[in-house]
Amino acid sequence: MSTDTEAPIYTKSALEFKSSSFSSPVLVIHTTELKQITHQLKEKIAQAPEFFKNSPVLIDLQHCNDDEHPIDLGQLITTLHAEKLFPIGISSANEDQKLIAIKYHIPVHTIRGTHSDISTTKSVSTQNKPQEGTEKTKDGTINAIENMLISHPVRSGQRIYAKGDLTILSHVSAGAEVMAEGNIHVYGALRGRALAGVQGNPESRIFCSALQAELVSIAGHYKTSEDLDKLEQHQPTQISLQDQALIINNL
Amino acid sequence: MARIIVVTSGKGGVGKTTTSAAIAMGLAKKGHKTAVIDFDVGLRNLDLIMGCERRVVYDFVNVINGEATLRQALIKDKRCNQLFILPASQTRDKDALTQEGVGKILEELSKEFKYIVCDSPAGIERGANLAMYFADDAFVVTNPEVSSVRDSDRMLGILASKSRRAEQGEEAIKEYLLLSRYSPERVKLGEMLSVEDVQDILSLHLLGVIPESKSVLNASNSGIPVILDEESNAGQSYSDIVARYLGEDVPHRFIDEEKKGLFGKLFGRK
Ligand SMILES: Nc1ncnc2c1ncn2[C@@H]1O[C@H](COP(=O)(O)OP(=O)(O)OP(=O)(O)O)[C@@H](O)[C@H]1O
Ligand SMILES: [Mg+2]
Repeated sequence: MSTDTEAPIYTKSALEFKSSSFSSPVLVIHTTELKQITHQLKEKIAQAPEFFKNSPVLIDLQHCNDDEHPIDLGQLITTLHAEKLFPIGISSANEDQKLIAIKYHIPVHTIRGTHSDISTTKSVSTQNKPQEGTEKTKDGTINAIENMLISHPVRSGQRIYAKGDLTILSHVSAGAEVMAEGNIHVYGALRGRALAGVQGNPESRIFCSALQAELVSIAGHYKTSEDLDKLEQHQPTQISLQDQALIINNL
Repeated sequence: MARIIVVTSGKGGVGKTTTSAAIAMGLAKKGHKTAVIDFDVGLRNLDLIMGCERRVVYDFVNVINGEATLRQALIKDKRCNQLFILPASQTRDKDALTQEGVGKILEELSKEFKYIVCDSPAGIERGANLAMYFADDAFVVTNPEVSSVRDSDRMLGILASKSRRAEQGEEAIKEYLLLSRYSPERVKLGEMLSVEDVQDILSLHLLGVIPESKSVLNASNSGIPVILDEESNAGQSYSDIVARYLGEDVPHRFIDEEKKGLFGKLFGRK
């Protein structure tokens, strides 16, 4: 079923290479100070431990490699492993770092130029060639097949992924996760996690009849329930992204 | 064709077995041939509550393994000739149940019975999954507290994606809420969630509210499904639930605080 991702897939041949895309958080490093990185990483993870547990991450070094002293990549990888994060790729690495990455069995990505199969949730993907989502909005047509309509409550433990917009006519329970490459509309209370624009579209928005969410995210910029508690809304609410910050307002 | 009902919850100790025994007896008393199956392999509880523990010879696992026929294993209730009990094994572990084996038994029972009630074990593991896999209807038993409601929500998610009906793309399992161990007094004190609170979280069709009642423990201690205690409010609420399930229009009771008359005040019956 489309609401569950755990169903095994059986094919006749033993294996097959397929081209597919998935989303992964991107860790953009701003400093070469490992102590500082470790400290802030722990803080972030403490806010949403389940979200990060055993999560894949893509390391983006473009903002820390300008310094004369490049970051010690081996140490960084060790730090991430210690926090139960699994680096699955590195971008903007210098030649030495590339060699280290390979040594750790981590693929090296060149974000500009060649296109990789990995589409990412954060700023990196905005530099990619235009995403399907943006292409669609450009010519103003909405592909009905890409959009998804769910007419029942999304229950705790369920995950839903829409390649376009996602419309839910009921509520999203605590412990449920809804994701869309486009907008998310919830015509009930949003109590679980909602991630819009997961392929990096910063124009995407989340709408809900009541906001009691565990996490909301647009194009990788997120707020957890800790930040949201103060902002809990019992009325129709819109969440959008402005200058890299989530804006929450009543409709 | 039989209608297969799973009594499920996620969380343990919320009243699944109590409910299974009561509604199976209720359906049988209405003249429908009913079987009630204990899926709680390793614990064995249903036969105690049904008061037939001393008549158990073969069990569910024996039948799955081909060591006994269904006819040999089914225990006919002494109070109602339309009711049969298929007990669980106390000596096996949960792995003794297989999907194929369960499917075969349910298919065979379906030929003869009108309703098959499956008493699910707690949790969301194998036993619980097998109990719900073949279901047509799900009675989700929930207590008015946050953890129980959460677990029910999780169970509802599993019902919607991992059942036979879901896998084969058939019409979804019909889900009903049974809110059990409800105490309007404690709701008023803010110690319990109200019916509205629970409905707000689960958005589920409410089949009935079963009040917290001493009569439940008394009944199970003496091996009598509480629905047979017609004096007790819990028994009455299960009768209402069976009637509603069968399509009768019965108003909800036991949601608001009982206004005790002079008689009630003097004798304080509960
Ligand atoms: N309405 C009620 N009022 C008071 N006590 C109740 C009520 N319903 C159930 N109980 C009590 O709660 C306990 C658990 O009930 P029961 O065995 O039916 O739950 P269960 O969900 O089957 O548990 P398990 O998950 O262990 O199988 C029993 O002691 C029972 O007497
Ligand atoms: Mg039980």
